[in-house]
Amino acid sequence: MSEKRTGRILGINGNMVTAEFQDFVIQNEVAYIIHGEERLKSEVIRIRGNIAEMQVFENTRGARIGEEVEFTGELLSVELGPGLLGQIFDGLQNPLPALAEECGFFLKRGVYIKALEENQKWDWTPTAKIAQKVRPGEKIGYVPEKIFQHSIMAPFSLRGSLEIVSIAKPGEYNLKESIARVKDQEGKLHDIFLSQNWPVKIAISAYAEKLRPAQALVTKMRLIDSLFPVALGGTYCIPGPFGAGKTVLQQLTSRHAEIDVVIIAACGERAGEVVETLKTFPEITDPRSGRPLSDRTVIICNTSSMPVAARESSVYTAVTIAEYYRLMGLHVLLLADSTSRWAQAMREMSGRLEEIPGEEAFPAYLESRIASFYERAGLVRLYDGNIGSVTIGGSISPAGGNFEEPVTQATLKVVGAFHGLSLERSDARRYPAIDPLISWSKYKSFIDEKQVEAGHRILKKSHDVAQMMKVIGEEGTTLGDYIDYLKGEFFDFIYLQQNAFDPVDEASSSQRQKYIFNFIYDKILEPEFNFEDKAKALRFFQKLRQLFRGWNSISWDSAEFKKSEEEISGLLALP
Amino acid sequence: MHKVYTNIIGIAGDVITVVAEDIGYNEIAQIQTRRGVSLAQVIRLDGKKVFLQVFAGSKGISTGDKVRFLGHPMRVASGENLMGRIFNGSGQPLDKGPGLSDNMIDIGGPPVNPVKRIIPNKMIRTGIPMIDVFNSLVESQKLPIFSIAGEPYNEVLSRIAIQAEIDIIILGGMGLKYDDYLFFRDTLEEQGALSRSIFFIHTASDPTVECLLVPDISLAVAEQFALLGKRVLVLLTDMTNFSDALKEIAITMEQVPSNRGYPGDLYSQLASRYEKAVDFETAGSITILAVTTMPGDDVTHPVPDNTGYITEGQLYLKNAVIEPFGSLSRLKQQVNGKTRDDHRTIMDTMIQLFANYRESKEKLSMGFQMSAFDKKLLKYGRIFEEKMMSLAVNIPLEKALNLGWEIMRECFEPEETGIKKSLVEKYWPNPLLTS
Repeated sequence: MSEKRTGRILGINGNMVTAEFQDFVIQNEVAYIIHGEERLKSEVIRIRGNIAEMQVFENTRGARIGEEVEFTGELLSVELGPGLLGQIFDGLQNPLPALAEECGFFLKRGVYIKALEENQKWDWTPTAKIAQKVRPGEKIGYVPEKIFQHSIMAPFSLRGSLEIVSIAKPGEYNLKESIARVKDQEGKLHDIFLSQNWPVKIAISAYAEKLRPAQALVTKMRLIDSLFPVALGGTYCIPGPFGAGKTVLQQLTSRHAEIDVVIIAACGERAGEVVETLKTFPEITDPRSGRPLSDRTVIICNTSSMPVAARESSVYTAVTIAEYYRLMGLHVLLLADSTSRWAQAMREMSGRLEEIPGEEAFPAYLESRIASFYERAGLVRLYDGNIGSVTIGGSISPAGGNFEEPVTQATLKVVGAFHGLSLERSDARRYPAIDPLISWSKYKSFIDEKQVEAGHRILKKSHDVAQMMKVIGEEGTTLGDYIDYLKGEFFDFIYLQQNAFDPVDEASSSQRQKYIFNFIYDKILEPEFNFEDKAKALRFFQKLRQLFRGWNSISWDSAEFKKSEEEISGLLALP
Repeated sequence: MHKVYTNIIGIAGDVITVVAEDIGYNEIAQIQTRRGVSLAQVIRLDGKKVFLQVFAGSKGISTGDKVRFLGHPMRVASGENLMGRIFNGSGQPLDKGPGLSDNMIDIGGPPVNPVKRIIPNKMIRTGIPMIDVFNSLVESQKLPIFSIAGEPYNEVLSRIAIQAEIDIIILGGMGLKYDDYLFFRDTLEEQGALSRSIFFIHTASDPTVECLLVPDISLAVAEQFALLGKRVLVLLTDMTNFSDALKEIAITMEQVPSNRGYPGDLYSQLASRYEKAVDFETAGSITILAVTTMPGDDVTHPVPDNTGYITEGQLYLKNAVIEPFGSLSRLKQQVNGKTRDDHRTIMDTMIQLFANYRESKEKLSMGFQMSAFDKKLLKYGRIFEEKMMSLAVNIPLEKALNLGWEIMRECFEPEETGIKKSLVEKYWPNPLLTS
């Protein structure tokens, strides 16, 4: 058998190429189209007889019938190792800054650069001993990467128990130098390097067990943390029409969330938004580590004008990197913006494959693909007893802002929390524009359950009264109902809404949230208020709102905080 | 030197099928018909069958006509010689000037590497208060005007083009009424802006397919100028026609439609054009203003819907005014903090009060009692509509801000506006001095 398997192009339709092959092909293996000097990367997605259909990750302009296709035998993979943090990759894990250095302003097709700098030296410390048995995924040593100890693990691709035959002494090594050698059960020897490859579409399961997410992930957004919490290792989705603030919400979360590593998958969205992230993150200091935010962030960026097939793979690239850091006992947050574009990429391909379309022409396997993606999230116990997690938050851009469409519906079936954005709220400048009346979460908040319930109840009541008032006017509403309406509005304005331009109010710690929620519950939501008339009630709540706004922008540990609290308590003692 | 084929085996819609060999995907061919020569582009290869979309339409093509493949993708001339010229969607001159073939560039080139973009930071002044004050236009922004047929969107486009401080204007007209084309030409000429403009015009009577080329040609030429450091403004009108042309070809090619007959890749197709808007790290910029007409004033129609997800906001033109609600410039925060210290306050306060005015108006129409404040709001709303919203208003930003203070003074006490004290002291007009 020849060492190189090849084929010839038979047809081209957009980014789908069909080729005839001689020997055999592997489903989902990577193939290159040899177009003159250029090598265009593609992935085999369907095989019929001796014809392979491939999605090409590049523009196919100029490709011809009869051109050679080279099959590599490898599934679409990413390189996992030190040096990922702080990087900006495209959907196929090409580092964009290095591409810019090589090609200038534009993304030239057929240019691929290794994800990790091969020659960079890392300060290696072994932890495993010779003759020790390790399982794939078990730590054998570490190198420092930014603020973390980056574990070097036995390759996930090996099987069974591995015996360490040799292990390098502490020192400086680059990615090409072997740092250990192991013997598998068949007696075969394998070299271990600081980095390893893993196919993106297969979940890394080299851990002891998957646990049920219980602990809340603190996003420092009150509306989310208090009423619709997300758990570490959980999943949530943010659907919303355009202009409702999905991306801003994701950006704020990526900045403030109390988490070790953030992976941002900018999938088929505006390039401008990615630019904002990648230009500002190096300048923002993470209060938890004192280092730039970019040090804990990996950006996978396949914006809307970049090739569609690579958009499909970008979310997998992102989740694979997230799983890798989870195996080091870290908590990882993956923010995918937007999963609709990923679904659309699947739809485009499905259309070219002439598959029988499902609802809105999405392929029939849409639901199972979405489900298996979100299932890669989770809280896990590692072999060494440590805990790591991947939390996935996906934004959805439903066509026409209608949540009945297939992507939203398929996602709602599998996620643990739903943060539905409404245009009504964002038009009224109520940020974050998560609609508390339609959203839900299956996770437990750090706020007392009884208090959370009271919060939901007053919002519901207030909304009902407001609807009624539209018909019968303020005149026809009872004073009691009117006060409930004011309470709900007050709760919305000073607790649910947060001013992203205020340095204090933009992020609220869990401690502060507990304290304030408790205060509101005890002194405002629960007690009965007596006012002479509606005008007095309105004035009282307006005053209260103004004071609370001030309180919201005073930092937690300052002297003014107490002073402001006393002032509010004073006002509350009056009615 | 170029191979010529005569075996056309299929004609469906504006797509013809030819048996040919060694043809590149997306290559351009010339078809010699009895009506003249038309360009066509390869849109699918299947063995020896080559599918071509014919820009001039397939009417009158005979199965015996000659198809000559040119061996390269669609190209257009670029450079200074184009200035002041008018071309059709295929790049052929529509004015009386000569055809151009210098600095030929491929259209629909590769995307920009995101790391080579910069965060937009320069405001483009238009003299329209509803844009300058409330939804500032920013260099490298892509902003559509959502509108319905009959609204003066082309007038707004031409006004912005004339008044904006930019180097080059490129107009891409798709399915443009001939009158509208003449309107653009005459207006720009009268204002002396034609010499820094380039037109690529596809009129409503031209073959549909040619319409597909207009955004790519316009943006390819714009990109060349931007790389040379020029600030280019590209006007595209109307992108709904472009989308309809995409739909037509997709249906002809028997693609599975997704939403209301539009192809599943409508989002990607629109995005690859709009994303050409850019501010290069060390060179010029491209700003895109496009018109998207909404069939039935329905913003959830696939074209405005997909557009909204791609662009950085939208201007909503309705009843001949730019509606404050529904209009949004996502980039305004990048610039409106640097203009004058009262800019953001004026923007927020006046809109908030205008929203209150709409509420009062609704209450009034439902027969509820009007409070004293309601009456003030009604007065405010009337003046705001007349002095700020009307498209007839043409004043620079600073004057518009002053006008804002003046309008509020006329209607309210300072406390009723909720504006912070320091700004009131600085800007609230003194009635003794002004009246």
